[in-house]
Amino acid sequence: MAFSIYDFSTLTRAIHDGLAAHLSPLGVTAVEWVLVGLVLIIFIALFGLFLVYAERKVCAFFQNRLGPMRVGPWGLLQTIADFIKLLMKELIQPKRVDKFLYNLAPFIVIIVPFLTISVIPFAKGLQAFDFDIGIFFITAVSSVGVIGVLLAGWSSNNKYSLIGAMRSGAQIVSYELSIGLSLITMAVLAGSLQVSTIVAEQSTGWFIFKGHIPAVIAFIVFLIAGTAETNRGPFDLAEAESELTAGFHTEYSGIKFAFFFLAEYVNLFIIAALATTMFLGGWMPFHVGHLEGFNRVMDFIPPIFWFFGKVFAVIFLIMWFKWTFPRLRIDQILTLEWKYLLPVNLVNILLMTFIVMEGWHF
Amino acid sequence: MAEPDKIKTEEFLINMGPQHPSTHGVLRLLVTLQGEVVRNVEPHIGYIHSGIEKMCEALGYHQIVHLTDRMDYLSAHMNNEAVCLCVENALGVEVPDRVKYIRTIFSELQRLASHELWWCVMGMDMGALTTFFYGLRDREKILDIFEETCGARMTLNYSVPGGVMFDIHPNFRKRVKDFIKYFRKKLPEYDQLLTGNVIFQERTKGIGLLSLEDAIAYGVTGPSGRASGFACDVRKHHPYSAYPFVQFNEALDTAGDTFARYRVRITEMWESMSVIEQLIDNIPEGDYAVKMKGVIKLPEGEYYQRVETARGELGVMIVSDGKKNPYRVKFRSPGFSNLSALNHITKGWKIADLVAIMSTLDLVIPDIDR
Repeated sequence: MAFSIYDFSTLTRAIHDGLAAHLSPLGVTAVEWVLVGLVLIIFIALFGLFLVYAERKVCAFFQNRLGPMRVGPWGLLQTIADFIKLLMKELIQPKRVDKFLYNLAPFIVIIVPFLTISVIPFAKGLQAFDFDIGIFFITAVSSVGVIGVLLAGWSSNNKYSLIGAMRSGAQIVSYELSIGLSLITMAVLAGSLQVSTIVAEQSTGWFIFKGHIPAVIAFIVFLIAGTAETNRGPFDLAEAESELTAGFHTEYSGIKFAFFFLAEYVNLFIIAALATTMFLGGWMPFHVGHLEGFNRVMDFIPPIFWFFGKVFAVIFLIMWFKWTFPRLRIDQILTLEWKYLLPVNLVNILLMTFIVMEGWHF
Repeated sequence: MAEPDKIKTEEFLINMGPQHPSTHGVLRLLVTLQGEVVRNVEPHIGYIHSGIEKMCEALGYHQIVHLTDRMDYLSAHMNNEAVCLCVENALGVEVPDRVKYIRTIFSELQRLASHELWWCVMGMDMGALTTFFYGLRDREKILDIFEETCGARMTLNYSVPGGVMFDIHPNFRKRVKDFIKYFRKKLPEYDQLLTGNVIFQERTKGIGLLSLEDAIAYGVTGPSGRASGFACDVRKHHPYSAYPFVQFNEALDTAGDTFARYRVRITEMWESMSVIEQLIDNIPEGDYAVKMKGVIKLPEGEYYQRVETARGELGVMIVSDGKKNPYRVKFRSPGFSNLSALNHITKGWKIADLVAIMSTLDLVIPDIDR
């Protein structure tokens, strides 16, 4: 079986051919679905845990601390220990909650990142589904998450949860617009909604460099809106602990709380991965014009490392926001979106369309 | 489908506290909300009432001092000093200059420590969690200085009627000077991290206005009152200890909003440092205490002494009937009066503003409940 870290399509084809030799076409599809699902679940669980560790370390370094150091070398096993603790905790259900919705909410919240992650290309040939409407699919699916948050707050029979959920609803629904519009801006430049095409388009240069000023504006808007989408500081007012104790997930404990927690971090990854894919060239290496030697060296680094390197850079940026800025107030958050980001975005799309029509991009 | 005019809106009653991250202690606020807007705030106090005033009636004057640490634990030294000054004035004891200098330096260090902690907590209430560790880092250094001289970090018990309990540690001068040098570099960092931040300014400017008339009417003193233009600094207007010997400016502002209250405290930190610098090299030689009787008996009468703590004006009223225990002791705590203005200044603002306003009032709950 030929395996190359530069191109995963040989690996996936080999698996497909191997299965096809033994099973009926329907069986092949079924087994492949199960395989893909398993890989994604394991990836999300491990990556979520790692991100929690990373956040704690990053935050500690911002605050003159060391962060977790006791469990395992440099505290590497700390989050795993925490997760096991959460798994073993009692599930407390407050009185007079809406039982069905209360139990359903964490699952809705956790399902969304699974759906979204399936269209993200990690490296060449390493993408679960490659729709021709990939970007549309991402924006459509990621808005489902807010239903989970709203249900959690609504069904908890807790006033703090309700306020948190309402805040979160207003915030996420508003910022969906900005995310969608900034993605559309890039889709105009790429001329396609298919994620693999968008990445392939960037082999000659990342979109943030190719698309002139509109791409840079779209990137900034996307970062702001993405931070707001994931309910992270300075937009973390759905769970603003100094105001609402823990916001919409106040009443959840044990594994259900872990679902909310994990979903937050996987969403963080998805926002970073989307920023990477749409603006920073996906898994494409960094090339500079005609510096052949430099470009060869860059090509030598496998695409999967490029992808995760960029993702971590964006994640670090978002963490940096959280640990530096104070929180906004609900009316300020909505003002920022409706009075500033949205008009900027609309003008930006026109600008980008104009540039593409005139062929001024690189 | 409900018709639009049939949709009923209701006011929402929530209990903030006694266990809540932003009440910093066991204060309970009964908040009436309309959506996000605060309509009414009703503070319920007494969850940590410890009967200090009543206990004082059963104790001697040496012992009362130790109880006062536990009221406003962030201004422990100022509380001690207030009682000591009151007793000394009643007896007509003149303490040596050395004692006055030491007490004033301690007061100002304590004020710095208290304002540093206030700054960390303010940032944390606003959602900027990193401020907490910046402030605590610097506060630790002050507490180390305290520990070296008097063995305690929070409840100092350093001041006693007639002087201070021990002489200052030989390292004291050097360490205080080192700290001032260090903190002069670090205080601008506070401004860089929080004061200049656009989000922070948007959140605080023009929010929670307290007019001068209201500040006086509610008896809001300390930095919170001075932010409304109420010149109420006891150190300046009724100087005690070594304050007559030093030059400093009363930090005043006229805006009366959350940001003004914030700025006044930052200015006070600069002023405190300058006060300490003026005193630290000139501590006169001499005794660190005058000899007092083992059992102090105040002559019959009423005695009042006020000092400026980190939160405002602390008054100590002692009524004596000539016995070894006071007949009645009353503390006028700054936190109690400052809290009384809370409902007035938060009405009509949002929950997030309520939290911000509450942190600029800098409430310490045991100080309110006593």
